[in-house]
Amino acid sequence: MISRMPNKKPAKVSRTFNLPKAATGIQGLDAVTGGGLPKGRPTLICGGAGTGKTLMAMEFLVRGATEYGEPGVFVSFEERPVDLVANVASLGFHLSKLQDQKKLAVDYVHLERSEIEETGEYNLEGLFIRLVSAIDSVKAKRIAFDSLESLYAGLQNHAVVRAELRRLFGWLKDRGISAVITAERGEGALTRYALEEYVADCVILLDHRVADEVSTRYLRVIKYRGTSHGTNEFPFLIGESGLSVLPITSVALDFAASRQRISSGIPHLDEMLGGKGYYRGSSVLIAGNPGTGKTSFAASFADSICRSGQRCLYVAFEESPAQLTRNMGSIGIDLKHWNDKGLLKFYAVRPTARGLEEHLLTIWDLIVRWRPEAVVLDPITNLISIGALQSVTRMLMRLIVYIKSRGLTGVCTALLHDAADPQLSFTGIASAMDTRLMLMNQQANGEHNRLFYIMKSRGAAHSNQIREFKLTDRGVQILDVYNCPGQVLTGSARIAQEAVERDEKAGRHKVLEKQRRELVERENVIQEQIRVLGDLIEAGAGELERSIPGGKSHPAAPMRRKKTRMKPRIVAAHVNGANAPSPEEP
Amino acid sequence: MKTSPAGAGGQPLATGPQKSTGTRRKAITVKRPVETWSLELYVAGLTPGARLALANLKAVCKEHLAGRYQIEVVDLVKHPQLARGEQILALPTLVRRLPQPLRQVVGDLSDTQRVLVGLNLAPNALRS
Repeated sequence: MISRMPNKKPAKVSRTFNLPKAATGIQGLDAVTGGGLPKGRPTLICGGAGTGKTLMAMEFLVRGATEYGEPGVFVSFEERPVDLVANVASLGFHLSKLQDQKKLAVDYVHLERSEIEETGEYNLEGLFIRLVSAIDSVKAKRIAFDSLESLYAGLQNHAVVRAELRRLFGWLKDRGISAVITAERGEGALTRYALEEYVADCVILLDHRVADEVSTRYLRVIKYRGTSHGTNEFPFLIGESGLSVLPITSVALDFAASRQRISSGIPHLDEMLGGKGYYRGSSVLIAGNPGTGKTSFAASFADSICRSGQRCLYVAFEESPAQLTRNMGSIGIDLKHWNDKGLLKFYAVRPTARGLEEHLLTIWDLIVRWRPEAVVLDPITNLISIGALQSVTRMLMRLIVYIKSRGLTGVCTALLHDAADPQLSFTGIASAMDTRLMLMNQQANGEHNRLFYIMKSRGAAHSNQIREFKLTDRGVQILDVYNCPGQVLTGSARIAQEAVERDEKAGRHKVLEKQRRELVERENVIQEQIRVLGDLIEAGAGELERSIPGGKSHPAAPMRRKKTRMKPRIVAAHVNGANAPSPEEP
Repeated sequence: MKTSPAGAGGQPLATGPQKSTGTRRKAITVKRPVETWSLELYVAGLTPGARLALANLKAVCKEHLAGRYQIEVVDLVKHPQLARGEQILALPTLVRRLPQPLRQVVGDLSDTQRVLVGLNLAPNALRS
């Protein structure tokens, strides 16, 4: 029985290192706390109304029961079990199922001051008996109280309540049960009844604030006995599958650098990037003015990722998935197909619909849960509309660093306006990027042509040329380099130059043909002369034979004729070898 | 709780049609002026506090509810599930089960005046 348990003071932490932790399973919280909440000790979660205290306590139990094999007891002083089940069902927690499986017990404690008269001494043994019975029913390792302050509100004798809570937490510690207590935030103190002073080894403060008409939730670890922890405020989100804390500052610059390459989806661009494309796990910024083809570059990359059978998350801040799909279809990139196959996921939402932190958390959450190979953010500049440039830059940096730290390839597009100085507006982000492509339009000769160049590409040889590209029905086509001395030719200037060169080429061919024909001609003439001369020799020899009556024929004559007939054949063979029409045998 | 004797149960059968008359109904209530109070005292083992509470309760009942009460002592150590069912937190707790509505008095019942208020006996006691 609890009442016979010695009323222990909080046990001294003998092991200052490796304090045992109970993993919460809440996205990001374990990173912030270095592994979870103190195991076998009480943690206080305080915050104002509607900051997510109950949900956090519940998720701690549910994750414990489902993921860490630690059953839990939820002691609710505020919400009735029916309401509780309904409320957390929206986070995908099925309490009744867990209760049936004996992984979770819910005890609703009803306490109403007006219904209770107090007279004389009492203790809270009844509550303890209930807890013991609930804990034993599921062999609980975790317990949550939501919220203990109801005891103060429901009972007049606060001295008793305080003493009994001390006893309760001493007892829970002895049993090695990790406890979570929620408490309303008080005036000038963390909690109304100063619970933090005696029950908690770890205190987490939840808050939500409205800035620029957008509300964001924040979490801060105020105290954590025996462990180092992040003291910053971390934005968090209550999503469809529980809480997510963005452990932004816990993302260290220690990620591995892959040597693997990943195609940009544009063959010529891969060539320009040392023949292989982007580095896997690097970040790429595609910057340009409106209408320079940034999205087409990004979509080519997404298409290429899906083509290789990997998953790509496409974050669209400007266009709806349907619009993107249609537009990219016009340049031969079938995004719908990949979407149907489950290789491409769109996260399309207006930047102003949510706060900056919430956007980034949602993206972060998607990355964690869906595990894509690459992420496309198109365009990041739209986020500026919902926050100060500085905070947008900071949050984007965190996201980009996070994407890199997971070894994912991130491709961002950024819209640059002619008026604004592109260097200024994206200094922070641009420098964080490993590869940066600059897209631009060139207006000359009454035309508008698309150009781009690789501004930088860390750790890889890359072309320094400005190249022209076209958006064709087979995707982005990078055209061959056409540089005359001092300038790059684009559009019709390029076509004109191409025509000139074609003409020149054709002209050269004609000259050669003429020369070959002349050669054949000359050869024919010479052959003819040889033949005539041979005939003369033969005629001379005949005359000589006839003029010597009964005499023998001249022995040299037939031999000389043979020699003279061999030479033309050699000439003919030589011409044949030069790919000339074979001359007629004389 | 079955407090009514067999006769009370049989009466409505015979006098069913007449029940609507005011005089008849009044007669019945007058016939049962004494309502048995059903009190439950929740304790966890017979601790000194529990003994004190029981003694105090008996004294109060003897004085104010003589002959029309019954006390049941519930030991939650033996029946822990009742703590949850009856929403008991503090011990000892006195529950007035009958007459309705349910009322709780928490503590060792050492302050008699507060016990009377808690059991809603104080005004009646004054009237009588």
